[in-house]
Amino acid sequence: MPMDHTVKAFDADIGQLRGMISQMGGLAEDAIAQAMQALARPDPALAARVRADDKAIDAIEAEVERLAVRIIALRAPMAVDLREVVAALKIAAVVERIGDYAKNIAKRVPLIEAANEGGGHRIEPISLLPSMARMASDMVRNALDAFAARDAEAAVRVVHSDAALDDFYDSIFRTLVTYMVENPRTISQVAHLLFVAKNLERIGDHATNVAEMVYFAATGTQMADRDRGGPDKDIR
Amino acid sequence: MTPKISARDISVFYGAKQAIDHVSIDVDQDNVLAFIGPSGCGKSTFLRTLNRMNDTVASARVTGEILLDGEDIYASGMDVVQLRARVGMVFQKPNPFPKSIYENVAYGPRIHGLATARADLDALVEQSLRRAGLWDEVKDRLSDSGTALSGGQQQRLCIARAIAVDPEVILMDEPCSALDPIATAKIEELIHELKGRYAIVIVTHNMQQAARVSQQTAFFHLGQLVEFGATSDIFTNPREERTRDYITGRYG
Repeated sequence: MPMDHTVKAFDADIGQLRGMISQMGGLAEDAIAQAMQALARPDPALAARVRADDKAIDAIEAEVERLAVRIIALRAPMAVDLREVVAALKIAAVVERIGDYAKNIAKRVPLIEAANEGGGHRIEPISLLPSMARMASDMVRNALDAFAARDAEAAVRVVHSDAALDDFYDSIFRTLVTYMVENPRTISQVAHLLFVAKNLERIGDHATNVAEMVYFAATGTQMADRDRGGPDKDIR
Repeated sequence: MTPKISARDISVFYGAKQAIDHVSIDVDQDNVLAFIGPSGCGKSTFLRTLNRMNDTVASARVTGEILLDGEDIYASGMDVVQLRARVGMVFQKPNPFPKSIYENVAYGPRIHGLATARADLDALVEQSLRRAGLWDEVKDRLSDSGTALSGGQQQRLCIARAIAVDPEVILMDEPCSALDPIATAKIEELIHELKGRYAIVIVTHNMQQAARVSQQTAFFHLGQLVEFGATSDIFTNPREERTRDYITGRYG
């Protein structure tokens, strides 16, 4: 931004909106990390806390909605301001969804333990999932950092990084299917892990959506198709 | 499509002071074109070059050319009275003649010889008042004074007066700035209805109004045309930094 608004309260409103988006993003990252920690240990109590904490993300989303509507009604934002308010509104909804995926992972922690029949047979692919989770979480953080910095190039990089996450998902998918084939007794447990991997893959897709909105808010144009990944992206 | 008006390399001077600096712009037949910009940016001055209103200012000097349907309106043989019938104007403050509502509208057609028989004149007055969205409110009191109407009605009467001489272009200089929101909405609705029948150019300080009524917007600053384009682009994604700072409220 080249300079402040003549009406200072406008800057305060926009600043508050941006602050809430950052806060939501931070909570969503924490939720992903803690859900994965609960899965790896396993720690059902931590998983329960992740599920409860999701309400805080939902509450901020509602706040963002209220403030964005108020800004549109009272300040009639134009051009870059308008794009930013609309982007914030949409990004808040997406981050809320990311929180839901983390919550869904946490929900599976006790189910996976139950499926394990108390048999102490924790399967090895669980060790791959934390790396995938870190990659997904990095995408979320980078997308929101790009929003904070109004950085269109950083947003393009986030979109590009989604391919690596998708490859990761494909590889975990194959590994888990192999497990199920080799040892049918692990099927119900592995099916849950498959969903965990899928949730992480979806978190990456949502981070990609955030990045596309950041790009639009910063430049006023939609990201070019060639920057959005291959045509087969949606059939996974 | 050939433009209705084509302004080429227009500069305007008031004495030694340059108010407009080499501006070129086309006015389409079918669009409403809005001029926006801070006070003193030259938007009203430029609007007034389009029907030679600046001729009435002794110190004003205009260079460049303005073509109306390809014809230079500053050419020596141009009949300025005729020109102002073809390119009508509505001002910031409603300025009806201190005469009856009927006479306000009938005056122009009568002096231009557009209607002589009483019945023709009646029909023209009714049609003009209808197009200006005022007929239903005044049809039973056409002999009342135009100055007795409310501000919004007076402004629509002025629009009816401009329409009555069958213009091709209507210039509006801040037509709503003295009106309340309801009267403003009526004028904006009227502009929408008149679009297509007349080429319309409107100067406004109200950016929301420019966004609402126009299809094209031109942003003036310090006598220069900074940016000209589709209204939807100007207000969502202006190309120029000065435009962006102005429309987002960061100017100055």
